[in-house]
Amino acid sequence: MPDLSVNIAGLNFRNPVTTASGTFGYGDEFRDFIDLGRLGGIFVKAVTGKNRDGNAYPRMAETSTGMLNSVGLQNKGVDHFCREIYPRIKDFNTHIIVNVSGSTVEEYVEVAERINELENIPAIELNISCPNVKLGGMAFGTIPAMATEVTAEVRKVYKKVLMVKLSPNVTSITDLAKAVADGGADVITLINTLLGMAIDIERRRPVLSTITGGLSGPAIKPVALRMVWQVHKAVHIPIIGLGGIMNATDAIEFMLAGASAIQVGTANFIDPTVSVKIVDGIEAYMERHKIKAVTDLIGALRTE
Amino acid sequence: MELKKHVQDLLVIEVTRLNKRHFLLDLRAPEKFPLILPGQFVQVLVQGSASTFLRRPFSIHSVDYSRNTLRLLVQIKGEGTRHLAELKTGDHLNLIYPLGNSFSLPFTKDVLLVGGGCGVAPLLFLAQFLNQNNIRPTILLGFRTKEEVSEIETYSRFGNVHVITDDGTEGEKGLVIDHSMFQRERLDFKKIYCCGPDAMMKAVAKIARMHRIECEVSLENTMACGFGVCLCCITPTDKGNERVCMEGPVFNINRLTW
Ligand SMILES: Cc1cc2nc3c(=O)[nH]c(=O)nc-3n(C[C@H](O)[C@H](O)[C@H](O)COP(=O)(O)OP(=O)(O)OC[C@H]3O[C@@H](n4cnc5c(N)ncnc54)[C@H](O)[C@@H]3O)c2cc1C
Ligand SMILES: Cc1cc2nc3c(=O)[nH]c(=O)nc-3n(C[C@H](O)[C@H](O)[C@H](O)COP(=O)(O)O)c2cc1C
Ligand code: FES
Repeated sequence: MPDLSVNIAGLNFRNPVTTASGTFGYGDEFRDFIDLGRLGGIFVKAVTGKNRDGNAYPRMAETSTGMLNSVGLQNKGVDHFCREIYPRIKDFNTHIIVNVSGSTVEEYVEVAERINELENIPAIELNISCPNVKLGGMAFGTIPAMATEVTAEVRKVYKKVLMVKLSPNVTSITDLAKAVADGGADVITLINTLLGMAIDIERRRPVLSTITGGLSGPAIKPVALRMVWQVHKAVHIPIIGLGGIMNATDAIEFMLAGASAIQVGTANFIDPTVSVKIVDGIEAYMERHKIKAVTDLIGALRTE
Repeated sequence: MELKKHVQDLLVIEVTRLNKRHFLLDLRAPEKFPLILPGQFVQVLVQGSASTFLRRPFSIHSVDYSRNTLRLLVQIKGEGTRHLAELKTGDHLNLIYPLGNSFSLPFTKDVLLVGGGCGVAPLLFLAQFLNQNNIRPTILLGFRTKEEVSEIETYSRFGNVHVITDDGTEGEKGLVIDHSMFQRERLDFKKIYCCGPDAMMKAVAKIARMHRIECEVSLENTMACGFGVCLCCITPTDKGNERVCMEGPVFNINRLTW
């Protein structure tokens, strides 16, 4: 049996397949479909300081091989997460990682501090890249100095594994990757959604209430793959790669480009069992190529 | 009540064309159906259509537990539904089901069902369910034109059917709210269930409010997942933004902001 386990910044994952924030709820919604214990980990929906209602409907537009969303961080705030949600999910047989969002440095720090106290949450993923909030959010993810600052401030209070999720809506992804590495990030996640838009020509109106929104799904995969490759060459901390992964082939591509683990996002909507199929598919690939450890795939792209 | 959800390949038993824009899909499950409630829906995977990326939601039109089949009533709108219309007996269709909440059982026998367009779909299942609970509802169905009036005999088994068409080619003429039953000073119903385009449901809700009749509507917000995780399908309610695919699709109008 090939060894699928990966160690990322000291945290051991049973396999490199995890699920992306905002596409997997809090995990329990998937218990009818799959055994969560077969996943490397689950990244739960963004948590902010206070309750957020998110943006108005319509929040979704289908595109060719993808979708736009403008959910806008709807969640009930960190208090509610700690009180109501954490007890319900803390004993899942997989790593539960919280996606931390905010509009100010103080908000990120406050949420990170609260999550730090939760025993069964081994890591957080700072979302400095959400395109769907007016204030902050993406600004932290597009200006390197701000990215360093928010990472460094959270680093001061957060004692466990600190992951930072980058936005692809920048000219130079490596500048941002270096910036968060300088701020003390243990892991880089990329990519979040690409800013896009859709128009209803009959009504001559934008489809989304927010006019623009975040593009996800196979449509963004080539961009995501390129960014993982560039960042892998530029920084020396582990990368979790995502963007349009629909099957094991896609997942393996991300690992070859340099990702130590991957996240499955939008694909969960189309097939809620796909994450487990990807685990099986990676294992089958390893058997076929006589690869003993999945870690041998990380950055193993041949370019010469 | 939370029912276990399934992802399953169902066998296409029959595709019945009703008219140019509508068809019925009969599907058989490989194993015994779980309990399915009226108002619930399925998420259908449309395979082999390049421009249909997400699943397509459809209400459950009726369920036959003895044959282990369920029926969908589909209106052809775009690529996805056009593709489904091409299905043949023996094909397979991947479904996630049963999804969403359900209509609630009324505390009265004076019940009116109002449906327009493809919004009639969940009302047949509801009428069946009401019959099993010894209620024979009045059913008002709105169609565009005579050519699209269909399944009237089926509905008539479960209730007293009234038809109205936009162009008056069958039954009364106008939109459902123009029907003569609404023009009286007093309505003899204590509960209305309504499904159809938003504008129609809002108009029916207004009538229900005016007459202080309890009213449930079934919303059709666009969906990405259909099982509660993407938060794309929300509608504002008395409890903030709620998910149409989980807390809905059926809402009591008192809970909505309209
Ligand atoms: C809970 C629920 C239950 C539904 N039940 C039924 C049913 O029983 N029978 C039925 O025929 N249809 C039903 N619908 C609507 C159906 O899902 C859409 O018509 C279908 O997804 C269109 O797919 P398409 O690829 O053919 O069209 P697309 O190419 O996706 O769209 C064509 C046109 O239809 C519009 N459209 C797309 N989705 C919706 C939607 N959800 N509501 C209204 N307009 C939409 C688009 O804006 C576009 O103008 C239901 C929708 C929901 C959310
Ligand atoms: C409906 C939806 C909601 C999302 N919510 C969040 C979120 O709360 N926090 C976050 O960091 N990313 C969020 N994302 C972005 C995804 O986690 C992921 O980065 C992106 O969708 C690209 O991956 P994919 O193509 O596999 O979906 C969301 C994406 C979608 C489609
Ligand atoms: S469609 Fe995803 S939450 Fe309702």
